[in-house]
Amino acid sequence: MNTVTVKINNMEVQCPSTATILEAAKLAGMEIPTLCFLKEINEIGACRICVVEVKGARTLVTACVYPVADGMEIFTNTERVRKSRQMTLELILSNHRKDCLTCVRNQNCELQKLCIDLGVDQIRFADDNLQPEIEASTAHLVRDNSKCVLCRRCVAVCKDDQEVAVIGANERGFATHIGCALGRDLGEVGCVSCGQCIVYCPTGALTERDDTAEVYAALADPTKHVVVGTAPAVRVALGECFGMPIGTNVEGKMVTSLRRLGFDKVFDVAAAADLTVMEEGAEIIDRVTTGAPLPAITSCSPGWVRYCEMYHPEFLPNLSSCKSPQQMFGAMMKTYYAEKMGIDPKDVYVVSIMPCTAKKYEIRRPYQQAIPGLYDIDAVLTTRELGRMIAGAGLLFTDLPDEDFDPAFGVSTGAGYIFGASGGVMEAALRTVVEKVTGKALDQVDFTEVRGIKGLKEASYDLNGQEVKVAVVSGLKNTGDLLTRIKNGEVHYDVIEVMACPGGCVNGGGQPIQTGFVRTFNDLRAIRGAAIYQGEIDDRPIRKAHENPLIQELYETFLGEPGGHLAHELLHTKYQEQSKYPGIEVEQKYGK
Amino acid sequence: MPNTKTTVPFTGTKEQEAALKEVIAFHKGQPGASMPVLQAAQEIYGYLPEEVQIMVADGLEIPLTEVYGIVSFYSQFVMNPKGKINIAVCMGTACYVVGAGDILDDISEKVCCKAGEITDDGKISVEATRCIGACGLAPVLTINEDVYGKLSRGEIEPVIDSYLAKLAALEAGEA
Repeated sequence: MNTVTVKINNMEVQCPSTATILEAAKLAGMEIPTLCFLKEINEIGACRICVVEVKGARTLVTACVYPVADGMEIFTNTERVRKSRQMTLELILSNHRKDCLTCVRNQNCELQKLCIDLGVDQIRFADDNLQPEIEASTAHLVRDNSKCVLCRRCVAVCKDDQEVAVIGANERGFATHIGCALGRDLGEVGCVSCGQCIVYCPTGALTERDDTAEVYAALADPTKHVVVGTAPAVRVALGECFGMPIGTNVEGKMVTSLRRLGFDKVFDVAAAADLTVMEEGAEIIDRVTTGAPLPAITSCSPGWVRYCEMYHPEFLPNLSSCKSPQQMFGAMMKTYYAEKMGIDPKDVYVVSIMPCTAKKYEIRRPYQQAIPGLYDIDAVLTTRELGRMIAGAGLLFTDLPDEDFDPAFGVSTGAGYIFGASGGVMEAALRTVVEKVTGKALDQVDFTEVRGIKGLKEASYDLNGQEVKVAVVSGLKNTGDLLTRIKNGEVHYDVIEVMACPGGCVNGGGQPIQTGFVRTFNDLRAIRGAAIYQGEIDDRPIRKAHENPLIQELYETFLGEPGGHLAHELLHTKYQEQSKYPGIEVEQKYGK
Repeated sequence: MPNTKTTVPFTGTKEQEAALKEVIAFHKGQPGASMPVLQAAQEIYGYLPEEVQIMVADGLEIPLTEVYGIVSFYSQFVMNPKGKINIAVCMGTACYVVGAGDILDDISEKVCCKAGEITDDGKISVEATRCIGACGLAPVLTINEDVYGKLSRGEIEPVIDSYLAKLAALEAGEA
């Protein structure tokens, strides 16, 4: 790579010739403010917040997309630059509904941060008549376009990373707004509930549906036995809500805080993930040996399941019938655990803490009731909602001691633990499947080929002389491309792991929100993912799901065999084709 | 809101669908194919209801959001059909300054449909047009092919009634 020398504010900086001014400035220890920019996702130079002066250029240029050239002289902090940025910001503020004090993004808002950093300390162009424009048609998301700055980050991630493209910019000029096609609500289009739009929103325009009130009510109800389970990816991100460095593992403090919030029992959904490995492993062995139908595809990610139902229903027979770890956790709470504790299942209130917004949708899917009439899971909170509950309860999170999960359903292995990163489900399944099929203990349990943040990872393994080809894919664009290639007969795999969010659950739509600048210069998927794999080594001496004593006991005393009759009744589900355009029967209409 | 959803049922024919599919096949894969296809679709159907937009999106294999984004961006694209009585109020500068806005409001109130919409029975549609070049008659509007100029508030109501009466007579004659 060629290196060029540029001058930024009269200071010489060496940088790659392919760098943008924004990147060169970062190398020189400077943050040029940005709003719409997101590296590789939204590089449109539209908001004009990042403008800088370049010697010889007629106008100000956008640092986020303007490439450097040898000898270029750049000025990032002149009077002209400051005035331009301030004016841009003031105009954005003119139709932004500024209810900052009561906004969920207060103190974590990129627009607010810009106002502070750029010294915009008065509202010159006020519109006092701005009303909330709330759209809350789904189980997972609330949109308020009165706080939208039209940066289009949500639109870009929905279209380019996730390929579903259910939101876009509608109409023009002052009436421009982000919304769904035909002016429909999000619940009436092919949204998969992944929530990636939320984590990329710089303001409070997009937020998760807040279910904390429901959980508080259950905690206050003396007739309810309230249990909580935490997904693997939550513990490597929750600390970010309290200013801790990205990738800090806060498992012990998370458990302590949940106990102090008043949950009767604090469990680990990673234990249920071990159970998923057992069930899915049995299913994979069955499918690979009988040959039907292949590829077998994982079903832990509800965003992916919904995508498959709506966009690639031809692959539904390939989808594992296993419930997700969350749903298996709920099913075991309402049956096995309730029975063991002698509590009426209807008095067991099950909360799960998830890095995911689609989990909020998943709990109300059909065929998710181990006990008919009772939902497996009663409420789902995202990592962010838990962060707010902890702060609201006055718990000084960073000072909390570390505690352990309750043993009744808190014992998990490294296999369930790594479910939080792309490749984790596959690796966990391989550890069990290979041992079961070959009958020999693995000397090496690390299947590093399937780890990492690449959108598509491939490997093949020898199972008693039979070659098994596996693929691990994350992000729905990558998934869609892969499925198309499979359908066209270009590639073949036996087992595929799919996670809807790029990089897997660690980068889920329910995770703490970082600014566009932080995301541009830090790969959250890689840092949080690395924390998962490090946490496994540090905290999980047992690394294979079938060696989990809790799971062994569960099968011996309650479930019987993996894939057996009772397991099928409680731990498996069904799928059905869904329309991308719910409510419009196009074929019928123009077929007649 | 020029592009609110129509309540008039979609009545596309097989012939129209075949014509649209031909246009889609011709343009598919070209960069910027959606514009010429949507223009052709509007020529074929007279307007772009959601059924047609979905056919265009599915046919070109582009997101429906992109199609709707274009349709809602350009004022030349309409999502509602024209009624048997189409009232077009000129919103050019000359007409606007002498009260075309008020006249449009009066009409919307009388016929219960806003600019860009069509009444539930499909009889009357209302649109706000750009300058129609008859500034000497400002404020001016057209009803189907007829021009009415130098209007003041209150004059238009009996005119609309006369069209409704004519339409009723016509329909009675047919029946």
